[in-house]
Amino acid sequence: MLKKTPLNRIHRDLAARMVDFGGWDMPVQYTGVIDEHLATREAAGLFDVSHMGEVEVRGAGALAYIQHLTINDAARLEIGQVQYSAICYPHGGIVDDVTLYRFAADRFLFCVNASNADKDYAWMEQVLEEGDFPDVELRNLSDDYAQLALQGPAAETILARLTTHNLKDIRYYHFAEGQVAGVPTIISRTGYTGEDGFELYFAAEAAESVWTALMAAGSEEGIKPCGLGARDTLRLEMKFALYGHELSSEISPLEAGLGWITKFDKGDFIGRDALLKQKEKGVPRRLAGLVMTDRGIPRDGYPVFAGEEQVGTVTSGTMSPCLKVGIALALVRPECSGVGKELSIGIRNRQVACRVAKTPFIKNWRD
Amino acid sequence: MEFPEELKYTAEHEWVLFEADVATIGISDFAQDALGDVVFVELPEVGTQIEAGKPFGVVESVKAVSDVYAPLSGEVVEVNAELPDAPEMVNTSPYEDAWMIKIKVSDQAELESLMDAAAYQEFCESEH
Repeated sequence: MLKKTPLNRIHRDLAARMVDFGGWDMPVQYTGVIDEHLATREAAGLFDVSHMGEVEVRGAGALAYIQHLTINDAARLEIGQVQYSAICYPHGGIVDDVTLYRFAADRFLFCVNASNADKDYAWMEQVLEEGDFPDVELRNLSDDYAQLALQGPAAETILARLTTHNLKDIRYYHFAEGQVAGVPTIISRTGYTGEDGFELYFAAEAAESVWTALMAAGSEEGIKPCGLGARDTLRLEMKFALYGHELSSEISPLEAGLGWITKFDKGDFIGRDALLKQKEKGVPRRLAGLVMTDRGIPRDGYPVFAGEEQVGTVTSGTMSPCLKVGIALALVRPECSGVGKELSIGIRNRQVACRVAKTPFIKNWRD
Repeated sequence: MEFPEELKYTAEHEWVLFEADVATIGISDFAQDALGDVVFVELPEVGTQIEAGKPFGVVESVKAVSDVYAPLSGEVVEVNAELPDAPEMVNTSPYEDAWMIKIKVSDQAELESLMDAAAYQEFCESEH
């Protein structure tokens, strides 16, 4: 039995194409991936991301516990700030990538990937039981929260019509608690598209009314409901990693280009020894952004070649709706990961030319 | 959803227009709708021998790669050279602008295995 978000009825009323996404019945597209993608880049897109999981950590020992559990430095997190982080196994592979919200000195909220939510919570409980963290309470709030992502250049204008909170006060990767359409909401200036925008967390019962209010408030700007298809192409144009593709228990954050959130100087944490060894020795492969220079669309799992020799594998690929060319993320040998390096991708028994590109792929798209 | 009367169809959602031992082949309206935005089309070269039931080309949407299967056996005598440059025609004009190949049919008896428009429409409704 597939799990459903509180917006399932609305997706079906909109005749969305639904798919099984990690055990969730989710919309992959409404009007079309390219249409939704461009709406988000040019105006606004509304995404149901209620399948994402939320875990609250409370108590005097909460910070010490989170410092042990995650690889980023949670001590640097101010109240009202969000941090991108990851949870690793002792061998350095990734349990999940997460965002971490700090509400108070002793109260935090993790937002975790839908398909990992149960695994993450079990791991968090195990780490808590095996460690010495008195006075820490974990609560899985995944069923309590609905989550919407409103993304695009018009996001602030649209959301401002439904809240009295001054949105200009919320800086990138910060959040506030306020009301949206009369519903108490965590308003977070974050997202997974590369556009300005907000992720909104509120009680699951209010999901339909908040969704409807946002769609109405954004009608003038051309807001569109967006599915997982556009979410994937948007994040790929930004080189944002996706668990199960660029991140997994077999891939380390250093390989996946997440060295910037791996804070060796914060003290001990799970995976530190393995990651430090890897840092000193050098990673065996590195995430690179590839742009096709010949016609073809790279896909997950396709081999990457330098000359005749296979030097890596594509982890995600698509046709970029903005650039109108095939783009990919691939784990390749470090010596092949430099910008400008000419490589090729094996597409149906042919080697199709590509080159390592500067990322985000769409950095100069608007110029 | 359109199911032109003059065409024949396969269970893999290709259409065939048969005229004087040459068959024009493409994919159906139902198939393009299921695929979503088509962004890439790969077709064989003129002179290629294709075999009924075997893939002869590839259609890719933003999300997925799909083979296109030969409804009939024969030799490719013409290829729609405009289609690889404008793959979105598969979405906008599946039965006209987005024809894919023309083949000289080698065994006309194979035509009998194809569905007519009514049978194909019923088949699509049962798949839905």
